[in-house]
Amino acid sequence: MQFDKRYGARFAARDISLSIAPGECVALIGHNGSGKTTLLKAAALLIRPSAGRVQFSNVGANGAGENSLAIKRYIGFVSHSTLLYDELTAEENLVLFARLYGLDSAEECARAALDPAGLASRGNDLVRNFSRGMRQRLTIARALIAAPKLLLLDEPSTGLDRAGHQWLGAALASVAATGCTVMMSTHGASEVNAIVTRAVRLLSGSIVEDSASSGSPRAMLAAALAAHQEA
Amino acid sequence: MALARPIGILLAKELRTEFRTRELVATTLVFVLIVLVLFSFTFDPTAVESRRFGPGLLWLALLFAGSLMLHPSFTREQSNETLMALRMAPIEPVAIVTAKILANFCFLAVAEVILLPVFAVLYNLKLWPVVGRLSAVLILGTLGLCIVGTVFAAISSQARMRELLLPLLLLPLLAPALIASAEATAGLLEDPPALSTVWIGVLATFDTIFLTVTWLFGEYLLEE
Repeated sequence: MQFDKRYGARFAARDISLSIAPGECVALIGHNGSGKTTLLKAAALLIRPSAGRVQFSNVGANGAGENSLAIKRYIGFVSHSTLLYDELTAEENLVLFARLYGLDSAEECARAALDPAGLASRGNDLVRNFSRGMRQRLTIARALIAAPKLLLLDEPSTGLDRAGHQWLGAALASVAATGCTVMMSTHGASEVNAIVTRAVRLLSGSIVEDSASSGSPRAMLAAALAAHQEA
Repeated sequence: MALARPIGILLAKELRTEFRTRELVATTLVFVLIVLVLFSFTFDPTAVESRRFGPGLLWLALLFAGSLMLHPSFTREQSNETLMALRMAPIEPVAIVTAKILANFCFLAVAEVILLPVFAVLYNLKLWPVVGRLSAVLILGTLGLCIVGTVFAAISSQARMRELLLPLLLLPLLAPALIASAEATAGLLEDPPALSTVWIGVLATFDTIFLTVTWLFGEYLLEE
């Protein structure tokens, strides 16, 4: 990806130039407002760059159209929000998205996705009755339901307790083991960081450090955690 | 066909959600009934006056109720950013808008089915002999209201002062559909009743134009 994103005169992302190889697990680190979410949204084709483009394996996909739809099929996204319908049950939410992603036997896929998230017994409960941690597990299950090749996670451990962190770490490790490319924003303190192979630090919308060119991802994550705890 | 499947899936989701909460239909129905009852008691119209003013009052009430009902159709997707999840899905954005239009049409149609007998009683009008032709007018008029209303609900949902913005955008734009619907309905209440092909044509043209515009520019409606 190589792009700028501007809202009026303000740059949300500036001179972003990032190339990610298939199977890499990239951690985006930086303070609030540094541009992590903008970068993830651009990769998810949710925002149109003001300049430049996001490219997937030689297929450009800056806007809508056939290319974008074909690419979206293989992207999973976990946002700050749950992206779930409170008035639907957990299973209905998963069935809805399984159908929209064109999966065969959506009901079976939904039930299969609930089990590893530890929500098999709560499938018929409305999401509005779920705790924050349960919602986050369901959110991640929703993102994984169509077996994405690119998984984008915006602070995925939000709302999870200790057991939830461990579950997320194990879930992401198994996803990464399938060769799925993962890009996630993090503040550095979570079991999920075990799968990180590369770290990118952002400041004021620009990339200021990339472990691919200098430094180690572990050291960058440790520094990010220290900076987060100080703040 | 590529559009029909996601539209069907999303329409089913909209109907299921509304069936559980009953927020939109219930509030719309109560609002329209209050307006019609207040009009009836305020003007206390005679049979002749009812035939003359009734259609206009009916469509004004539906228009106000529509602007009230259409507003939450996109704003209630904002609490958990579910619209973002739909935009992420491999479906044409216009499918999302079309499903919303059809869902809003269903909700308003349900309200109208309950409302019409009450309207006939309050205004002492014989609607039963013209119910078939009146249904055609209601379908075309309601569709126009829902197409334009849903599109502007999508646009205004990302704006400040969105509650005020929607009626301000909607009411002037819907004036041709409102006039055509009221005139076509008035023709059905005359003696003998007559369905004006001119006004029906205006309504059909209005719906076709805005449906085409929505189809052409639907993808831009949902962008951040």
